[in-house]
Amino acid sequence: MDNLYSLTANELLALLDKRSVKPEDIIESVCSRAQSVDGKVKGYLGIDKEGALGHAKALPASGKLRGIPVAIKDNICVEGELTTCASKILSGFRPPYNATVVEKLKSEGAVVLGRANMDEFAFGSSCENSAYFPTLNPWDTSRIPGGSSGGSAAVVAADEAVMALGSDTGGSIRQPAALCGVVGMKPTYGRVSRYGLIAFASSLDQIGPLTKDVCDSALLLGAIAGYDENDSTSVNIPVPDYLSCLTGDVKGMKIGIPKEYFVDGMDKEVDAAVKEAVALLKGKGAQVSEVSLPHTEYAVAVYYILATAEASSNLARFDGVQFGRRCEDPQNILDMYERTRGEGFGAEAKRRIILGTYVLSSGYYDAYYLKAQKVRALIKDDFDKVFKAGLDCILTPTSPTPAFKVGERSSDPLSMYLSDIFTISVNLAGVPAISVPCGFTKSGLPIGMQLIGDFFQEGKILRAAHAYECHTDWHKRSPKL
Amino acid sequence: MDYEPVIGLEVHVQVKTASKMFCGCTTEFGGSPNSHTCPVCLGFPGVLPVLNKKALFSAVRTALAVGCKISAEVKFHRKNYFYPDLPKGYQISQYDEPLSEDGKVDIDAGGRVKTIRVKRVHMEEDAGKLIHEEGENSSLVDFNRCGMPLLEIVSEPDINSPEEAYRYLTKLKLLLKYLDVSDCDMEKGSLRCDANISIRKKGDTGLGTKAEVKNMNSFKGVKSALEYEIERQVKCAETGERIVMETRLWDPDRCVTISMRSKEEAHDYRYFPEPDLVPFALDPSVVESERKSLPELPEAKKARFIGSLGLPEYDAEVLTQEKANADYFEACLKYYDKPKVIANWLMGDISAYMNSKNMAIEELKMGPAALCGLLKEIDSGKISGKMAKDIVLRMCETGKDASAIISESGLSQISDASQLEKFADEAIAENVKTVEDFMKGKDSALMFLVGQVMKKTKGKANPAMVNEVLRKRLAAKK
Repeated sequence: MDNLYSLTANELLALLDKRSVKPEDIIESVCSRAQSVDGKVKGYLGIDKEGALGHAKALPASGKLRGIPVAIKDNICVEGELTTCASKILSGFRPPYNATVVEKLKSEGAVVLGRANMDEFAFGSSCENSAYFPTLNPWDTSRIPGGSSGGSAAVVAADEAVMALGSDTGGSIRQPAALCGVVGMKPTYGRVSRYGLIAFASSLDQIGPLTKDVCDSALLLGAIAGYDENDSTSVNIPVPDYLSCLTGDVKGMKIGIPKEYFVDGMDKEVDAAVKEAVALLKGKGAQVSEVSLPHTEYAVAVYYILATAEASSNLARFDGVQFGRRCEDPQNILDMYERTRGEGFGAEAKRRIILGTYVLSSGYYDAYYLKAQKVRALIKDDFDKVFKAGLDCILTPTSPTPAFKVGERSSDPLSMYLSDIFTISVNLAGVPAISVPCGFTKSGLPIGMQLIGDFFQEGKILRAAHAYECHTDWHKRSPKL
Repeated sequence: MDYEPVIGLEVHVQVKTASKMFCGCTTEFGGSPNSHTCPVCLGFPGVLPVLNKKALFSAVRTALAVGCKISAEVKFHRKNYFYPDLPKGYQISQYDEPLSEDGKVDIDAGGRVKTIRVKRVHMEEDAGKLIHEEGENSSLVDFNRCGMPLLEIVSEPDINSPEEAYRYLTKLKLLLKYLDVSDCDMEKGSLRCDANISIRKKGDTGLGTKAEVKNMNSFKGVKSALEYEIERQVKCAETGERIVMETRLWDPDRCVTISMRSKEEAHDYRYFPEPDLVPFALDPSVVESERKSLPELPEAKKARFIGSLGLPEYDAEVLTQEKANADYFEACLKYYDKPKVIANWLMGDISAYMNSKNMAIEELKMGPAALCGLLKEIDSGKISGKMAKDIVLRMCETGKDASAIISESGLSQISDASQLEKFADEAIAENVKTVEDFMKGKDSALMFLVGQVMKKTKGKANPAMVNEVLRKRLAAKK
């Protein structure tokens, strides 16, 4: 079989089960695909074919992902392998330990294939903030793939990886998934261990799957979810069998459409595609109603206070003392700090560190950080209320627009920040959400819709997303590269 | 003009736990640089802290022992600042909602009890250590200490003299050692103390501008630094020089405090809640069980030694000054029922021996059972108290039982009347003049004869018996 790279993990596992292919065949196929198309997409910061083949020869006897190659976002630690957050300040950094998700993947037989590109330290929505090179959208390489997990989304969309891990702090999995036409899931905060995820904003970050379809999303989530004693914020409740949640129907599911998410200035084609998806689900027996999440308009402001505050502290450790890069010939300690950080961080990282430092500063803390925490609680209450009222999921567009042109927003941080207006509230509340393909623009750009669930109800949003997928074939289309 | 110093102390103690506060690394002292480290305490990218429950429990015990109210919720904050010994660029500490508040420590202030209020007891992690090699153009960092659990105990400014500060520290150390929370060894750095100090005119109630004094590495150093600082501030006040709010370092070699930085250029630590550690409710039953398992604290022990054992206050005070000494004393009570006799020996010969060897009671080779064995030998008359003084030293040196030492060196007291009669007769024969005196009614002459018998027996004779035998033999002569 020469098109193994185009198959989903579930399809490949079936073939592996029948012994009609070997794990090495899959790795060969995916690697040669990457070799032929990654020059255009630039989704990988590095691919380790030899290492992957080596691992494929020493797989555990069984495992949910036995023989499946997975791309890992460059902010998830893999022992002994470069892990740089696409930043110069971590150039050459090889962690001495594996992230818990990497341990879990390995024990389930998955093969780490390569490091997916990203916005530096996950700061961005276009992948243009990578310190190395921007990743491009496989559907139109003059456009951005979204971000910050742009590399992860792009390599899955371009069939350069069977599945990928990303991280989502304000939409960093779901927005690029939507823009690249793949499935991206941000689990409930605490569902997946963050141990080994290089922190951007600790109270918002969550690792999640980027996959070709919903079944693969359920499969990968099941492999990485669960309590971890190394992460005090992970939650100790059992992990359900997500694959068995995929019943194929939405009959009787209560889906809410928040009026605040259909705003002026939203792309007309996106608006139409999402409304069509709503109609389809209604036609299949879902009970659709309008709901209100009244504090939505404050989400972006709250997010850019809290996320930058935490980031300014999380990034303090990159000081040239222990790991990563140190400036040449420092004159004294202050000089070492200033030049190491001045030279090592990109413009967006500096912008966020300065912003975060400012909002935590004495005299400003109450007006910014504390106020933002209070509004964050109100945003969470919004979600609590609608789910308590019996809603199963909330349906929204994932991104207000399809993929934009490279460079179009890079000089205007505010317009860039607005790329995430539909995804940010979910992180602030901590609830899970999934983005699934729901159409294409006339010019052939993917459109995604977002299904948001109640805490730890990943099963429900996977079920609704899967049912939708059963009646559509958006997810089966591939970009021409 | 008379001035009065106003002092508040911030004490940091390293909590005795097997592992560090947020990772599994050992807390053992020493070890080659950076050998007691892991990605978590080195602050590697991606790592997360997990709270050591033992450290939390020790903190709760300490807070309870100084009478603090325990907070219902445990919440950590990040204290952000750049320094090479702080690998994450922030210290996990507690801020506006500390573990506990509003406690007190009573001290003896010149014969009266004075209460020093404790503002708060909270938990935080320690930093690493910078090593500056002489003549080198760079510094080294040792992270072995990094992430060790610390307690910060903050007093209210209730201390009004260097002596009171010294007593407060001594009392705190005593408590912490009773609780087995910390070694409190200032030289090893397991107890550190910073002082906030200002002066005011006697009778005033307001607070003057304070200086923070750091870098004191012994209790005596704290006292000397405060003495110097008071003198400096009084001199400033008298000459009209402005006292500025600043941090000053104690230089123990020159015995002066030196200005380090003024508070105007002080850090803004940008505290915010630590997102990696979710605040959690402290189970009241855990607090209650810690409260119940608190050991008897020094004051209660002292009162009991006086009240139910009948010890003089002085003895009770001395014996409770070290928990190990009190424990030794109490262990003795199991074997021997005269508390005051035990106390005399512990505070006398044994204490002198330990002082001469500069050792603690834990290192003493003679155990409580052995000491009591010796005391029983005295009571039985087998040895004299004077002989026991020699024997106890040999027991301390060798760890042997009293009976073993007595038999191997033939030290046992001569209590055999017929043997003593022989020596008595000799003494009577050799001291005709003294015997005559005695016969004439000079009773004190007998003491001379007793001394002669003791000499002949090389001190081994039972003096009471000698006395009795001599009287009998002399009476027979009449």
